[in-house]
Amino acid sequence: MAVITDEPKAGFRLGMLIYDTRYRSITIQIVVLFLVMAGAAWLIDNLLRNLAVLGRGIDFSFLGNRAGYDINQSLVEYTNDSTHARATLVGILNTLLVAFLGCVAATVVGVLAGVLRLSKNWVVARLMTVYVEIFRNVPLLLWILIIYAVFTEALPAPNAFRGENATSTMVMFDSVAFTNRYTAIPWVMFDNSLGWLALGPLWLNLDLAAIIGALVGGFLINRAIVRRATKIQEATGERPTTWWQSILALFGPIIAVFLLLGTHVDAPSLQGFNFTGGLQVSNSLVALWLALTLYTAAYIAEIVRSGINAISRGQSEAAFALGLRPGRTMNLVILPQALRVIIPPLISQYLNLTKNSSLAIAVGYMDLRGTLGGITLNQTGRGLEAMMLLMLIYLIISLVISGAMNIYNNSVRLKER
Amino acid sequence: MKQSVFLGTLAASTLLAAGAMAQGTSTLDTVKARGELNCGVNTGLVGFAAPDANGNWQGFDVAICKAVAAAVLGDASKVVYIPTTSSDRFEQLTSGKIDLLSRNTTWTFSRDTDLKMDFVGVNYYDGQGFMVRKDLGVSSAKELDGATICIQTGTTTELNLADYFKANNMTYTAVPIETNAEGEQQYLAAACDAYTTDASGLAATRAAFADPENHIILPEIISKEPLGPSVRHGDNAWGDVVRWTLNALIAAEEFGITSTNIDELAASSQNPEVQRLLGTSGELGKMIGLEPNWAMNAIKASGNYGEIFAATIGESTPIGLARGLNAQWTQGGLLYTPPFR
Repeated sequence: MAVITDEPKAGFRLGMLIYDTRYRSITIQIVVLFLVMAGAAWLIDNLLRNLAVLGRGIDFSFLGNRAGYDINQSLVEYTNDSTHARATLVGILNTLLVAFLGCVAATVVGVLAGVLRLSKNWVVARLMTVYVEIFRNVPLLLWILIIYAVFTEALPAPNAFRGENATSTMVMFDSVAFTNRYTAIPWVMFDNSLGWLALGPLWLNLDLAAIIGALVGGFLINRAIVRRATKIQEATGERPTTWWQSILALFGPIIAVFLLLGTHVDAPSLQGFNFTGGLQVSNSLVALWLALTLYTAAYIAEIVRSGINAISRGQSEAAFALGLRPGRTMNLVILPQALRVIIPPLISQYLNLTKNSSLAIAVGYMDLRGTLGGITLNQTGRGLEAMMLLMLIYLIISLVISGAMNIYNNSVRLKER
Repeated sequence: MKQSVFLGTLAASTLLAAGAMAQGTSTLDTVKARGELNCGVNTGLVGFAAPDANGNWQGFDVAICKAVAAAVLGDASKVVYIPTTSSDRFEQLTSGKIDLLSRNTTWTFSRDTDLKMDFVGVNYYDGQGFMVRKDLGVSSAKELDGATICIQTGTTTELNLADYFKANNMTYTAVPIETNAEGEQQYLAAACDAYTTDASGLAATRAAFADPENHIILPEIISKEPLGPSVRHGDNAWGDVVRWTLNALIAAEEFGITSTNIDELAASSQNPEVQRLLGTSGELGKMIGLEPNWAMNAIKASGNYGEIFAATIGESTPIGLARGLNAQWTQGGLLYTPPFR
């Protein structure tokens, strides 16, 4: 019973690329790819040619030159003798600082506002609605400028703290001064500072490293003590007294480090034009941080609200039936499930906040856009190179943030077995 | 496969791009064909370039735009004013968005060479100074150790400031700002102790204050800031037009040609250089591709250099700048134009 299927061996014709459904989609894809690449190549080529005509090829060597300008806030050592690359690093760190502070604060405020917006208390729920609608519907740049302007106009200049009949006084036992330039607060200083360890372009603050090391070390020792106690308890049934060991392990190393470093608290005092000593948190940082936080938190509140609403009412009713109080229901039943809905859009908000921090230039906060994309660009005139580098760095920062958040997302995802 | 497609595309598009690229035409022809001059000016600096109550741009730098438009197009009103910030002005010029940058811009080596601009001359010899409130009790810039200073970012002043404080072993905190208006606001709110920019700019800014008498400009001038109009590098014909228009304004003051007596002088002057300048003899206009009466139009636009200075930033205006270095060489100043011959 040989069934001969006589497959027609039709040769491949060119027309089949369009009329044969097997090939058509591939044909279209290749044509589109070709057009996209042609467009990109044309643009790039045009750019390079025109730059060549102007006599200005792509050249990144300016990064190694002396920057020559000063930056008002820098987390690592920087003077005007440093290179443009170093100024860029200062900018990156300032961007990361405000982005980190913003993300943390926005999450706290956002979750609170989102939960409160669902509150049964009419006033609280409406207040949160007003907050969300106001901050969501006014451009971020305006918020940054308004908050900064309020700081600048409403707070006193450092001069107002001077003399016998000063018009302003420091608060918190004469230790904190709110001025229209910065907030001066006391800060810990080290007499025997370990300084910085240069690791290529990145510098490590040894004081900070020692403190973190002491904290982590103490924590690890404490864990070993508790484990040993548990082991003894399991073997003998009696748990040895460990509280004094734990306290010693947790606080001993850190206190020792602080003593060795010669720690003392340095309070700000008015000298000359400005406060010296302590730490001066510039208003531009605070204004930017507040604006980014409140603006992004309004979006996060909506995300949290939708996440909670996505959990069916039956869940909370079941929890109530089991006798859980509303707070415990929220913490143990609703939020863990809602997180799965909340995390993915939350990642985009973190990315938005980080990228929005480039509005810092409006208040003179020297972030990446202000150093590399601002002063360096202007002083060297290397606009294209600086912008490309700027895009690359923001891209990397964003990818790292979304990568880290995706790892967290995977850990809270519904485990399918 | 993908590789070869890409290479093919690249090759094809290179050919296309070569054909599509705009041929480098002279800005002079472009401006004549357009019938309008695109002139880059300050976003607003009273006396130098700012719109008046009727929205018409007025000022010392604006007068250069008008003179060039009058010389090239015969009509001083054929100017499109494009406000530029200190950070985008060079890109605006090199990208061709503006034909001429007349915006209190300092002539420096790197701008002239690396940024591919050509400064055609100096219309104001300036230097960087500091302005402080009188009640601060400061009388010299050397007393500014530890001060907070407002500064426009992207300007030469930023680097001068760093150098000056370093040389004098002093420290400061910079408050970077984008525009002069922003700096004014920060300074008036006492968010900075001192405001630094070109001394002329400080005078202009102070003139706009409600209480100019409570602010002083410190005597130290910490840099040389020759301000002048600039054009794109490599377009020499256009550069010549702008350069000699500026020179014509300066020469007119030297020869005593004013906007009021210019017609009379054109008809009756026996001075050969005046005749050549005003186009009644010789062919100077033809040599730079303009009408014979180009310089006459330029001077008529808003007067000679001295008239422009007096009307916009001079001692009778709120800005109240003395001629100082900007007097004619015959008066002990630095203004010295090459001969019109």
